[in-house]
Amino acid sequence: MECHECQERPATLHYTQVINGHKTEVQICEVCAKEKGYMTYPEEGYSLHNLLTGLFNFDTTHVSTPGTHIQKEKEHQCPKCGLTFSEFKQIGKFGCGECYHTFSGSLNPIFRRVHSGNTEHRGKIPKRKGGSLHLKKQVVTYKAELQELIMNEEFEQAAVIRDKIKELDAKINQKEAGDSR
Amino acid sequence: MTLQHFMNEAISPWMREQGPNHDIVLSSRIRLARNFADVPFPIIADQKELEEIREFFKKHYEHRSFEEYQNFEFISIRDLTAIEKSVLVEKHLISPLLAKKEGAAATLISNNEQVSVMINEEDHIRIQIYFPGLQLTKALNKALEFDDWIEEKVNYAFDEKRGFLTSCPTNVGTGMRASVMMHLPALAMTKQINRMMPAINQLGLVVRGIYGEGSEALGNIFQISNQITLGKAEEHIIEDLESVVQQLIEHERKARTRILEQSGMELENRIFRSLGVLEYSRIIESKEAARCLSNVRLGIDLGIIKNVSRNILNELMVLTQPGFLQHYAKKTLTMAERDILRASLIRERLQFEE
Repeated sequence: MECHECQERPATLHYTQVINGHKTEVQICEVCAKEKGYMTYPEEGYSLHNLLTGLFNFDTTHVSTPGTHIQKEKEHQCPKCGLTFSEFKQIGKFGCGECYHTFSGSLNPIFRRVHSGNTEHRGKIPKRKGGSLHLKKQVVTYKAELQELIMNEEFEQAAVIRDKIKELDAKINQKEAGDSR
Repeated sequence: MTLQHFMNEAISPWMREQGPNHDIVLSSRIRLARNFADVPFPIIADQKELEEIREFFKKHYEHRSFEEYQNFEFISIRDLTAIEKSVLVEKHLISPLLAKKEGAAATLISNNEQVSVMINEEDHIRIQIYFPGLQLTKALNKALEFDDWIEEKVNYAFDEKRGFLTSCPTNVGTGMRASVMMHLPALAMTKQINRMMPAINQLGLVVRGIYGEGSEALGNIFQISNQITLGKAEEHIIEDLESVVQQLIEHERKARTRILEQSGMELENRIFRSLGVLEYSRIIESKEAARCLSNVRLGIDLGIIKNVSRNILNELMVLTQPGFLQHYAKKTLTMAERDILRASLIRERLQFEE
């Protein structure tokens, strides 16, 4: 089928228009569709971030009370890379690692939407950069184990675990003292 | 070894091995997004900062090896011709986004093309690792080990609460995207795949076409990957993906058997007609080629077509892409010229089989 507009190229797009309850079918080629504004065609095709920008566009912290907007609110800006929160909402990307701290108060609702309600990392901890995190995680596991052992009155085993926790705590303190030096 | 090495063959060396469930699963991939802690992400960083990262990778990783991933080739995107870039994209060694970047964008590719690292894409570092067939756990373990190796020298942007920090909030946490490339002709033929998609999406997984976001399922090849990266451990994300993939495999096998039983002659007809088209066409466009290749591959898997190797689908799908055709012709081609060369390459490749 030929395109209704140019009558040259084959029609590849089929639109159903409803104007005032009146339905018309339009058969059109891609070139004409773009020209006549039937489709908005972003440079890189459909991208997730268009969707995201939509997701971010809601105010998370601001409670609108009349009069407050007269005094222009100082925009939240990342001290490291200079990205402002409204720029972040617009482009849907962070400018640097520090942005996560700078905007931290407004991020949970966004993460919840994007990651099915999750806001905190539960995966890999990098070996070097993770520092004492590994040990802290281990302490949490041991503490749970200790509770269980005490409940079951297995005190001998519990003492072993208690010592392990002490040992780890000492290591963590040592590491953190070293890190802050 | 040079860039030429990656350009000459349409299929990567690792693809020649058969992985588990290779009749349906073409490949498993793990991608990890990482960033330097003290440099702004590529979207904000200035040219000088990104250039330093590029230099860092060249200095520390060019021609180095990690376990079986030998002799990493370092390639700066700005040194490539347009055709060379398309070939690397068509072979899935780099992303279309990286290919579009100028300046300090680069890549490291292992000799066997199983590992590639994209430098200064959306994030500073993107590690990709491929395995043939369904081998997500193996791919994950290798990717995490490789990640440790990189971390020995790179100070990662990592936060106790949010995990690995990435430019896009959709990648934060694990920074991991796991994906599985599947050939699902029977589910596509019976339109079952369309009915299954909403359920798959509800599990936090996405179904896409062969060349990523927004692309069509050319040749009935679908890519299934995780959407969620925050709040779940890597192993759990993979478990969920794997279980859905297993179900898809089962449904695909059932659908194949059912079609064979209920309309065996029609199926056989369709398969052999496709083989005929591929064997005798003088002009063929990529969509038709993909459709026919998918049918022929199904015929091979069902034992209807013998003496043609399974790799024909993977290989010809890549070989008949615009970039590869032009690389082969050593010049830019119009669409009409490509359709002619495509037909002739396919004929040649099939004759080679007999």
